[in-house]
Amino acid sequence: MSNAKTNGTKPATAEKSSKAAGAATWADDRLGIATMAKKQIRKVFPDHWSFMLGEIALWSFVTLLITGVFLTFWFKPSMTDVVYNGSYSQLRGLPMSEAYASTLNISFDVRGGLLLRQMHHWAAMLFIAAMLVHMMRVFLTGAFRKPRELNWLIGGVLLLLGIVEGFAGYSLPDDLLSGTGLRIADGLVKATPVLGSYMSFFMFGGEFPGDSIVSRLYTVHILLVPGLLLALIGAHMLLLVYHKHTQWPGPGRTEQNVVGYPMMPVYAAKAGGFFFIVFGTVALMGGLMTINPVWRFGPYNPAEVTAGSQPDWYMGIAEGLLRIMPGWETHLWGFTLSWNIFIPGQIAPIALLSLVLGYPFIEQWITGDKREHHLLQRPRDAPTRTAFLAAMITVYGLLWAAGGNDILAHVFHLNLNKITYFMRGGIFIIPPLVFLLAKRWAISLQRSDNDRLLHGYETGVIMRDAQGGYTERHLPISEAEAYTLTARERDHIYVASSTVDANGVAAPAARMDTLRAKLSHLWFKDYLQKPTVEELEEGHHHAEIEHEHDVPLEGHAADGHQFDGRHDIAGEELRQH
Amino acid sequence: MRLLTRRISGGLSAKRRSRFAAPVVLLLGLLITGGAYAALAPANANTKTDDATTIAKGRALFLVGCASCHGKNAEGILTVRGKNYGPALAGVGAAAVDFQVGTGRMPMAQPGVQALQKPPAYNADEIEALAAYVASLGTGPSIPSADQYSGKVSNQELVEGGEFFRTNCTACHNFAAAGGALPGGKFAPSLVGVSAKHIYEAMLTGPQQMPVFSNGVLTPQDKKEIISYLKSSETEPNYGGFALGSIGPVSEGMFAWLGVGVLVGFAVWIAAHTSRSKKKKEA
Repeated sequence: MSNAKTNGTKPATAEKSSKAAGAATWADDRLGIATMAKKQIRKVFPDHWSFMLGEIALWSFVTLLITGVFLTFWFKPSMTDVVYNGSYSQLRGLPMSEAYASTLNISFDVRGGLLLRQMHHWAAMLFIAAMLVHMMRVFLTGAFRKPRELNWLIGGVLLLLGIVEGFAGYSLPDDLLSGTGLRIADGLVKATPVLGSYMSFFMFGGEFPGDSIVSRLYTVHILLVPGLLLALIGAHMLLLVYHKHTQWPGPGRTEQNVVGYPMMPVYAAKAGGFFFIVFGTVALMGGLMTINPVWRFGPYNPAEVTAGSQPDWYMGIAEGLLRIMPGWETHLWGFTLSWNIFIPGQIAPIALLSLVLGYPFIEQWITGDKREHHLLQRPRDAPTRTAFLAAMITVYGLLWAAGGNDILAHVFHLNLNKITYFMRGGIFIIPPLVFLLAKRWAISLQRSDNDRLLHGYETGVIMRDAQGGYTERHLPISEAEAYTLTARERDHIYVASSTVDANGVAAPAARMDTLRAKLSHLWFKDYLQKPTVEELEEGHHHAEIEHEHDVPLEGHAADGHQFDGRHDIAGEELRQH
Repeated sequence: MRLLTRRISGGLSAKRRSRFAAPVVLLLGLLITGGAYAALAPANANTKTDDATTIAKGRALFLVGCASCHGKNAEGILTVRGKNYGPALAGVGAAAVDFQVGTGRMPMAQPGVQALQKPPAYNADEIEALAAYVASLGTGPSIPSADQYSGKVSNQELVEGGEFFRTNCTACHNFAAAGGALPGGKFAPSLVGVSAKHIYEAMLTGPQQMPVFSNGVLTPQDKKEIISYLKSSETEPNYGGFALGSIGPVSEGMFAWLGVGVLVGFAVWIAAHTSRSKKKKEA
């Protein structure tokens, strides 16, 4: 064995390869991994905290898979009656479904079962919350614009599937709360005009609660929806790689490049580390905080209900809609149309979902911007969009609060009915107010950006001139910052083409075109545009003149003027008198 | 011994024709019947509260602390609109007084949708006197004795108590007895830490918004089982960690968002620590 460590007389021979390298070569020879990986491991990703929010969702999902597999080993998805004989004495000897008994078994008799069950539940709550946070980031920065509209749609479907998956999981243990949730789902289905009762009987295999819903939901929960989620997450990430990641504007960053670090080793380490942080956080939550204490709810019994019966937070919006809806019903020829459930339970969620999924296309139509975008927008540079999100968050928050109206009333000693009446009005009045506030706020921030560009930043240095007047010294911002601030594009209000064609005949699409122009006007009219080149030069010129004013004072300036930001102040101090 | 009994029986036999014999036998019969009744009859014939001086003391207290709302003879006072300012108390029984005054709900600090629990304004003797006075106005449920609401129950009875609790109580009081809201600012209070006697009295008399669970609806045995279920729940450890208020998924959702906040914080932290090669050494 000879190693090429010296310039000796013997020729150098290759060092014996390590075992790992041997395994890698073996795999590469058969799978061609190296060629595939060569490109991907050098893939560059831009660096920003907000680009890691989707990762929280991804890692929560991985945590869900791991803990979920564990739970399937002991959970029995059956509604067969059994008598509980486990170690939880408060329920021992009670008849219950096998599903509930096995959940108690996981919680009290399987080692580490309660921890894993709570981790699974907390991870589910985080999964959907993280998806929403990620979605808000994408929305606020305009990352859903062409060419990423399809990925926005996939993301929206992922969110919907996550909610369905969560609801199915909530219903599986067959405790009092999950049964109550299923009863509401049953009500929502039954509110469908004409078909409702048929659909409900089909779903439950007979009259509620039947004896098959748990096993059906189990298949949905562990096979169907996770499969779809995995496939769509795959598609979501493939598209991310294909489109390349968006980036914030800045010096050296264009629509054609991506500035950042390669996948290996920087992001692999960061993402890998983040997984352990997410898993660790979930483990801490699962270990320290009770979630869904099924043993306290007792087995499901249609004759029982508990105060504080709420769905998990992501269904809070549906619960809120149901709770604040006035009790409208129509009776026609012996049939009841339950508007009080049909509107909040079916029409409103579908309408909200279509609005969310269709948003990129609606915005595109109004603004007329169908170009590709890889540079992100700051939320302030799209005030209408930002304000729209603020209003939607308000709707969501109000409805969530309405869904917990009894908890709010009890904890804060409020009047339950008054909360409901407040929400009925508030849901229509508060979001528009928030919209206006957020929009004006964003525009003010645009104004502050323009001020920085034209007048520089405030140094905090107060200057006294020869006449005794005081001014604050402004200094120009750095080139890089000026570049970043001016990287945004100018907005163009869409102008409708003539409503009549050359021969004076009304154009067929004229009405839609006029509407579009009107909306575009409303959308953009208050936006501030970035300063023009002339304005910028004017601003610089102004600063120069100001500086020239001070030049004659050089050497004679009042005490303190040496701190005006244009002089080297090493060793300077105020005269001591 | 035998001699002694013979002498007594002989003596009794000799005096059986005495003119005092009939009244004495009658008196004895009455005493035994009365005594047996007092010992065996349902508790609402509370011998102690019959005491005239206690009643008089209760009445004096009542006139000072209660009559302004309930009327000088506890006949109740109506508002101008015909609603109850203070309800009539004849027939509410000693149990109602013991519950309302013993938990501090009465006297109310101010009129409101519901009387609030607070430190009691009267001591045990005064409450007993007030209860005796109100009980003297008409028959009603009397204060339960300790063996009615406490004592050992089997595990099976405890589990049964849980079922009774979930069927009759959780709809308002919540699955963990943490309380819940009712319409119009009313509420079902938390039962955690409430004494067994007061829970029993509440079921018996239906204070505030609560329905009466008479002995026909929930037998004294059922009530005892419910109470032992509640008391055993109180001592049960929090198996899952912090209970987050035991108010169901709303507080869980709030903590889930706090968790996401923490994770976003970690994302900021990770992004702030970029690859080492870029870092310049500080001068």
